[in-house]
Amino acid sequence: MSENPFASRDVQTGRLDQDVYDANFDDLHAPLSQHEAQVESDRCYFCYDAPCQTACPTSIDIPLFIRQISAENPTGAAKTILQENIMGGMCARVCPTETLCEEVCVREEAEGKPVKIGELQRFATDHLMATTKEHPFKRAPETGKRVAVVGAGPAGLSCAHRLAMHGHNVVVLEAKGKPGGLNEHGIAAYKTTHNFAQLEVEFIMGIGGITTKFDSPLGEAVSINQLRDEFDAVFIGIGMGNTNALNLDGEEAEGCEDAVDYIEKLRQTDDLSSLPVGRDVVVIGGGMTAIDIAIQTKLLGAENVTIAYRRGQEAMNASLYEQELAQTHGVTIRHWLQPSALITNDSGQISGIELEYTAQANGKLEGTGEKVKLKADQVFKAIGQKFDSSVLSDAGIELEAGRIKIAEDGKTSLAKVWAGGDCVAGGEDLTVASVEDGKVAAESIHAFLSR
Amino acid sequence: MADLTTNFLGIKSPNPFWLASAPPTDKAYNVERAFEAGWGGVVWKTLGSEGPPVVNVNGPRYGAIWGKDRELLGLNNIELITDRDLEINLQEMKAVKERWPDRALIASIMVPCEEEAWKAILPRVEETNADGIELNFGCPHGMSERGMGAAVGQVPEYIQMVTEWCKKYYSRPVIVKLTPNITDIRYPARAAKAGGADAVSLINTINSIVEVDLDNFAPVPTIDGKGSHGGYCGPAVKPIAMNMVAEIARDAETAGLPMSGIGGISTWRDAAEFISLGCGNVQVCTAAMTYGFKIVQEMTAGLSDWMDEKGYKSIDDFLGRAAPNVTDWQYLNLNYVTKAKIDQDLCIKCGRCHIACEDTSHQAITNLVDGARHFEVIDEECVGCNLCVNVCPVENCITMEQIAGTDPRTNKEIDPNYANWTTHPNNPMAVKEPAE
Repeated sequence: MSENPFASRDVQTGRLDQDVYDANFDDLHAPLSQHEAQVESDRCYFCYDAPCQTACPTSIDIPLFIRQISAENPTGAAKTILQENIMGGMCARVCPTETLCEEVCVREEAEGKPVKIGELQRFATDHLMATTKEHPFKRAPETGKRVAVVGAGPAGLSCAHRLAMHGHNVVVLEAKGKPGGLNEHGIAAYKTTHNFAQLEVEFIMGIGGITTKFDSPLGEAVSINQLRDEFDAVFIGIGMGNTNALNLDGEEAEGCEDAVDYIEKLRQTDDLSSLPVGRDVVVIGGGMTAIDIAIQTKLLGAENVTIAYRRGQEAMNASLYEQELAQTHGVTIRHWLQPSALITNDSGQISGIELEYTAQANGKLEGTGEKVKLKADQVFKAIGQKFDSSVLSDAGIELEAGRIKIAEDGKTSLAKVWAGGDCVAGGEDLTVASVEDGKVAAESIHAFLSR
Repeated sequence: MADLTTNFLGIKSPNPFWLASAPPTDKAYNVERAFEAGWGGVVWKTLGSEGPPVVNVNGPRYGAIWGKDRELLGLNNIELITDRDLEINLQEMKAVKERWPDRALIASIMVPCEEEAWKAILPRVEETNADGIELNFGCPHGMSERGMGAAVGQVPEYIQMVTEWCKKYYSRPVIVKLTPNITDIRYPARAAKAGGADAVSLINTINSIVEVDLDNFAPVPTIDGKGSHGGYCGPAVKPIAMNMVAEIARDAETAGLPMSGIGGISTWRDAAEFISLGCGNVQVCTAAMTYGFKIVQEMTAGLSDWMDEKGYKSIDDFLGRAAPNVTDWQYLNLNYVTKAKIDQDLCIKCGRCHIACEDTSHQAITNLVDGARHFEVIDEECVGCNLCVNVCPVENCITMEQIAGTDPRTNKEIDPNYANWTTHPNNPMAVKEPAE
């Protein structure tokens, strides 16, 4: 008679040697060398009305910037990128290019090997940031107009930069003590190494005309109506704020973790060995966060990491590339499983999870009744975030599907107030989409202020 | 197995691949390595007159242009003729020829344009038992400033005169190497023939500056802040060389004059093209300088395999086969009407055909059809120019198809009979009967 496998629990810090942590959390891809960039750029066909540019949420002129790399003008290439997407450096690292520009690259159609647009974009933007002290864009003459941008994430920073470029003065209000939003707190560490998120914020601020107030959460330190009174326009880019719950007993038990919170801790720590990680880890979810937490717990030394997703592989929000990245890191992805109970040990800590098989019947996802128990020292919830609308107080901004409703140009239902990024309805939850939202809203605000 | 042996001017070699007179044939050491690798013959690095040898620069002597992956497309050099003692060269040539009797060994010579100078060197070359000589009237750099090389090759009268001296003082075959740095290759070729040359070889290198260093504003290769024009060779010059070969092949005065083809030959296919234009053999330099002597294995095997596939038993079976098809523009059939056709299954929708045609040609390729990205030839506009074929990144995706019946562009019936410009009604000089 074997003992109860769910009685014991193995969560430890410092599972690995320091050099292993360093290697595990180094760049996912080494940057392209000068020669590699030359050879790769030569693969671009300089398509007419290029599908990659159309697929890019920020409409970067990709054929042009690649040709500039090819013509040994990486600084010019970077300017081409940055004029459409001021976070071209981060997007080069985190964009799911396999479902955006590279998916539609004609080389993908021709031979299944798209031009490495993301890596070329990184080559150009890294080059500019490493070699150019001066900010590449000049501010227009001061307009005397003041705009409040709430949230120093991709949407807010993009909006602030574009407004500053048009000569407006921008005050960015950030809830946390540090700028960057999910670039700083959410992106997988191996995608943005060497403090890149902060370096990029500094670079963006280099335009001038932007001041930042930290520890200023909306709804607490300041309200929408206050900002409307004080400023000529307001942009809201505050992200989601909340995460979804499993709604199971034991969700408060030690070891049942919110993936977003854990990744934030991981991103902010100076000492990866201080993070407790289980021997057996189960991740619930099928999106990018699920992939990110699964890979990173594996890199922290977890022995068995399993992603359990309630639908089939094709329904996963994480791209195929990301799924494969998890699998090559040794993560097991299991489909058609939904959590049905959390298992705790005698001390009330998580020691396992019970999952129920699911099936699609009559267009509806249903549990089949068949169940499986997995050993889990930690269970990570990565089942999506939701917008915390309470911070809007009673300003009267119209919502749609739980998020802020905006028009095409980012305008909310409230006069003088624009919004963008993950907090708006229909958002794609992508850095690049947020950058575009901020840019589009900034142009609309600029037009409004220039009346 | 196809027979690759050649008999060029009575000089036999096991295959048509010779190394051109250049750095690879500088001395016995290199030449023996070349023969071991399988080269059919060599033209020894150019000999100069008795006396202190020439000196080369001690800085860089080569410049190049590359593709993005550093594929060497064109090479330029400012190296002079041999900088080794004449007697040592002659002794080595004799010894090598003795050891490799089945390979061709040709002496390249460049001495001043004086009869005495040629009279002095030729008997000594004869003694080496080299199979023939090649007169270096080609090098465009350095030696030309001293009245030799291209300075001779650019004056047909000099070519004829020197060739006559060589025929007078030397008993074996005389090959005249031509410079491309002229306006019409037929004149120097005719002069060589008039002087009694047994063959011409072409092309020598082309005057060139391959690069300007934009930091110090000097040509590359840069010698202490200055540069000099050099001789350009490699794959980039092949089209120029082939045209000159064809010009000589189809000139009434020089037709039938044996030719040794030179200029960017890097593969068996390049060689086959030169031979089909009338070259009895080919000479290679840049490809060997880029990859080493081993490349001859690809060349011989490739040529042999292609000949087997086509049923050619010997080089003579396809020698000169393309020459009669090189003609003047005025004789091209104006009733041969083609339209581009895009294979939609192969099309990857890059749009290059569209934008090339739209911006720079005849607005004959769509980019949108019913709102969808779609590239299709508009026969009513297509003049059949072939630009789309050339810019398409997918092989065989766009083809030129001959049409018959009514040309939708002109709305006129296409005459199935051959007719050229010489009889065209728009030609003020038109004649009634087509010229042949």
